[in-house]
Amino acid sequence: MNLHEYQGKQLFAEYGLPVSKGYAVDTVAAAMAAVDKIGGDKWVVKAQIHAGGRGKAGGVKLVTSKQEVTDFAHQWLGQRMVTYQTDPAGQPVTKIYIENCTDIASELYLGAVVDRSTCRIVFMASTEGGVEIEQVAQKTPEKILKAIIDPLTGAQPHQGRELAFKLGLRDNQIKQFTQIFLGLAKLFQDKDLALLEINPLVVTKQGNLHCLDAKVVIDSNAVHRHQDIQALHDPSQIDERESHADSWDLNYVALEGTIGCMVNGAGLAMGTMDMVALYGGFPANFLDVGGGATKERVTEAFKIILSDDRVAAVLVNIFGGIVRCDLIAEGIINAVREVGVAVPVVVRLEGNNAELGGQKLATSGLDIIAATSLTDAAQQVVIAAGGVQ
Amino acid sequence: MSILIDNNTKVICQGFTGSQGTFHSQQAIAYGTDLVGGVTPGKGGTEHLGRPVFNTVSDAVASTGATASVIYVPAPFCKDSILEAAHAGITLIVVITEGIPTLDMLVCKVKCDELGVRLIGPNCPGIITPGECKIGIMPGHIHLPGKVGIVSRSGTLTYEAVKQTTDAGFGQSTCVGIGGDPITGTNFTDILVLFEQDPATAAMVMIGEIGGTAEETAAAYIKANVSKPVVSYIAGVTAPAGKRMGHAGAIISGGKGTADEKFAALSDAGVKTVRSLADISTALAEITGW
Repeated sequence: MNLHEYQGKQLFAEYGLPVSKGYAVDTVAAAMAAVDKIGGDKWVVKAQIHAGGRGKAGGVKLVTSKQEVTDFAHQWLGQRMVTYQTDPAGQPVTKIYIENCTDIASELYLGAVVDRSTCRIVFMASTEGGVEIEQVAQKTPEKILKAIIDPLTGAQPHQGRELAFKLGLRDNQIKQFTQIFLGLAKLFQDKDLALLEINPLVVTKQGNLHCLDAKVVIDSNAVHRHQDIQALHDPSQIDERESHADSWDLNYVALEGTIGCMVNGAGLAMGTMDMVALYGGFPANFLDVGGGATKERVTEAFKIILSDDRVAAVLVNIFGGIVRCDLIAEGIINAVREVGVAVPVVVRLEGNNAELGGQKLATSGLDIIAATSLTDAAQQVVIAAGGVQ
Repeated sequence: MSILIDNNTKVICQGFTGSQGTFHSQQAIAYGTDLVGGVTPGKGGTEHLGRPVFNTVSDAVASTGATASVIYVPAPFCKDSILEAAHAGITLIVVITEGIPTLDMLVCKVKCDELGVRLIGPNCPGIITPGECKIGIMPGHIHLPGKVGIVSRSGTLTYEAVKQTTDAGFGQSTCVGIGGDPITGTNFTDILVLFEQDPATAAMVMIGEIGGTAEETAAAYIKANVSKPVVSYIAGVTAPAGKRMGHAGAIISGGKGTADEKFAALSDAGVKTVRSLADISTALAEITGW
């Protein structure tokens, strides 16, 4: 689960980390009030979306008058922002964040992730702040400093000091950095973070460390144990179909193609998309109906797939391990009738009672093509969707 | 021969009397697994499915001599269940449950490593040595005792590979689902080491997917250490970057973890890779001459 920058900064503030005074607002009037509360004559306005690359898209601006704040609010509130990290439709901007301006002397990077290969939380720091860290990691990996956190002891002050010295920080900055490092490590642990990034972590002209940005991702598997985090969920940032599917416990990811896919199991769902592409088609989605594949879930899955009007054919691929394929076939037939599916449906059933299931599909009188194998299914659905693209 | 489990393996089930535990324990017993009992706190002293129920894993181990445990308890309680089993002397823990918080797994992983306990999963179908012992949720009837070792991050993709190798008559020595989470107790390389040493395993199938670098690490290991033929398939060529594809661990992040990188690393290691999921047993036949 992603947080907005302003929400991340609120968490930072709770953990005693240095962030600017700021307010998230959703109207021009509230923006004016926020400017008055912050005071001064220079502010930074930032559109709040769940994606990076906002600066280049015009979503971050240094402003020196109330008129500019008003213009920025008019420009973005209620609009969609497209960045290199969003899809072509972009993400809706429902809030902008206004904070006082920080005078920057230099920019650092500080982040943390759960590293899959070491099975540890790993902090990464770099003097190359303000740019894409993936590029730094690729071109100059020696500029990424790391601190590995022992799950049994947690982060230790000496790890923070070591990073600080290697970053070339001095005097009081060493202490400041160590406190930021320990605060972030505690936040990571307390709130079940999956990823954390401050890019940039700046040294101000006064020589102090300051968190200028905040990217925080929470482990979705752990959100259930954090009521405060649940309250930060912003449904506007999630694809409508994906969040609807989620409410049915269906895993759905929208893609750009024309062939809808309904599969049991996440791995097989990916494998099915790949088969479609291998035979010259384009998958319209990833959808895992799960092990149960009951009539209700299959019906809902059809509705979600068909709500994408680019879908020209649907491929249903079920490996009936423990469930019986004839029961699944009945579910599919009922769902196709109930939903009124107007596009061809190719079904591949494998496993328990697969032949009986196939017979039921073939004699249903509906536009359902029973495939004889996975390869046959992929070939048939590509033809049904209008042939090789 | 096989790896990790055989017909002498004594298994208990944690979450025995719940709906998942009950259903899959029935299936395991019917398959012939030596399921010697289960654990449900508060129900100790009773019987379930004709097997004794214990309050604690320690009691179950002391009374039955079990060495393996399969865990079906709900995700929020899994960390406790895993650590209980690890401290009670269980040496093989198989966690089926999906949705365990990642930070819980970090602690379980480090503790199991320290205690020398083999942890499989979470979010996995389990492990089976066909004809001998089934620990998990995989359909037993599609398996055939035989000579192919299968290791996979995905349940249903494992079943596809199993079905193909059964239909071709090759059969399986042992099949291990290592799970679809970002942090798993056991990785590909751990299992490849065991298959390489196992006399019953003549060839291996490794099924990976997008996300992380476990396949690349395995490729490097294969290149240096594996003498047996290996066929590999990677799912997610068409998956977009930055989107989680069902499994918590199946995500391309920061441009890393793509299927193409994994295919390239495996090909470079001399592994026979297949782009179509339907070609696994054909590829096996091709490289082994079976």
